[in-house]
Amino acid sequence: MRYLPLTPADRNAMLRAIGVAGIDDLFADVPQSARRTQPLDLPPHQGELEVERALRAMASKNLAAGDAPFFCGAGAYRHHIPATVDHLIQRSEFLTSYTPYQPEISQGTLQYLFEFQTQIAMLSGMDIANASMYDGATACAEAVLMANRATKRRKAILSGGLHPHYRAVTETTSHFAGALVQAMPAAPEGEEDLISAIDDTTACIVVQTPDFFGNLRDLRPLAAAAHDKGALLVAVTTEPLALGAMLSPGEMGADIFAGEGQSLGVGLNFGGPYLGLFAARSSLQRQMPGRLCGETVDAQGRRGYVLTLSAREQHIRREKATSNICTNSGLCCLAFTIHVALLGEAGFTRLAQLNHQAAIILSQMLSGIPGVTCLNESFFNEFTLRLPKPAAPVVEALAARGILGGVPVSRLIPEDPGLAKLLLVAANETNTDQDRNAFVSALREVLS
Amino acid sequence: MTNIFYTQDHEWIRLDGDTGTVGISNYAQEQLGDIVFVELPQPGAKTAQGDEIAVVESVKAASEIYAPVTGEIIAANTALEGAPATVNEAAETDGWFFKIRLTDKSELESLMDAAAYNNYIEGLS
Repeated sequence: MRYLPLTPADRNAMLRAIGVAGIDDLFADVPQSARRTQPLDLPPHQGELEVERALRAMASKNLAAGDAPFFCGAGAYRHHIPATVDHLIQRSEFLTSYTPYQPEISQGTLQYLFEFQTQIAMLSGMDIANASMYDGATACAEAVLMANRATKRRKAILSGGLHPHYRAVTETTSHFAGALVQAMPAAPEGEEDLISAIDDTTACIVVQTPDFFGNLRDLRPLAAAAHDKGALLVAVTTEPLALGAMLSPGEMGADIFAGEGQSLGVGLNFGGPYLGLFAARSSLQRQMPGRLCGETVDAQGRRGYVLTLSAREQHIRREKATSNICTNSGLCCLAFTIHVALLGEAGFTRLAQLNHQAAIILSQMLSGIPGVTCLNESFFNEFTLRLPKPAAPVVEALAARGILGGVPVSRLIPEDPGLAKLLLVAANETNTDQDRNAFVSALREVLS
Repeated sequence: MTNIFYTQDHEWIRLDGDTGTVGISNYAQEQLGDIVFVELPQPGAKTAQGDEIAVVESVKAASEIYAPVTGEIIAANTALEGAPATVNEAAETDGWFFKIRLTDKSELESLMDAAAYNNYIEGLS
């Protein structure tokens, strides 16, 4: 389809046909007080060369993750992405990323989706995974709605260790779906009593591990308590690499797994596009949101892949669909699948170990600074420090020294002044000894 | 006197004393095509006439099943969970969905008998 902009003659012909004198007449119903009287204050148009130059000058004000010692996490994680990933995702076999309604021309896409689902099911310890959601936060909200459908109840209890963005998206979505959400207060040291909050009206409890503050949470007693009351356990993770170093949510008794897949194969991308992970026990499969890809055989008995269980979805089920999300994050999902396939099971575990080791070394070094304490009893690659002064200005001062030294908790939970001195610090395999030394000496300097 | 009644949504109910057995009509299974899943109500659940009480899913569509009468579910045909195609093979016998204890038999008067239902589906084609 060619894009042909309208000529002034076209516009005038249309205006004559509907009997108005000018475009402004179409806005006659908008009150004068709500209209802009001056033109927008924008510079005149520029040539490509000038625009490039202007944008490059703006971009040079950024301190990019790859250009500085980088210790930020809080839901978005930096890892080395092999060059192969970027090369392979551009192959024509994977075009386009859009929903493969026609399996006979989409076997490349469908095969990687099936492999992705297999990876997520294995990593999460669940029976069945979907072809991905938009991001971790929407996956979490969908998990809550699914638990409501499955239990025919409407209250979700969110752990205080759930990422604040996930809580916000879940609250918004639930509000408009007529569901109730009870969010526990932030619990930086994992100290919260979720179990006594569960009652006969609870559809699910939502627990993140490693949680927002980095603590690893034992889901087993929580799963048992939820199941006792006929409720489900939704396990959330924002760093899927952690699944290479801990008991899987499925092994710990979770019924639904929702997570963020960005950390593998997908860059930080200024916060998006990201990749929602979603998996469940097979008894809940018909309540799942999103696309499901299945393996089958064609008329000659050859292996092939198709979308399956589609009767849940809105193009068939209309307003009764399990979700209004009937697509997936195709390109991010492809990058994740290729990165995980390149790592393999042994490589995945090894990368997880490297990250954990880097975090142990870093936490020991940082805890040696006077006035700095690590709050975590356990962590994977991220932990929470209590500083002797508010963390936000400290992070600014570190950035001025060329160090991206973590995320102040107050950035995400501004309403709780008790958390102002807490700093989230993440380690990863790209950190060198030099990076760590630079961070520690800069922090020492800023705090002194 | 007839003891089987049909709704305009193509459910049937066969009366036996104060309980009824409910399923979908042969016409409905033909329209749906190969049935791949049936979601059944839990025994003990109470329902009102016209409420959604079950779901039948074919390769083409998923459809709600509405309770033909008010009452309490007393049994579900769990054999359908492993063999949903029974609905295609024997929609009005072995392919039943659930049994319900009727609260008010007079509700049956709002339903069609077999002859009226046959006229009704002829009018649909």
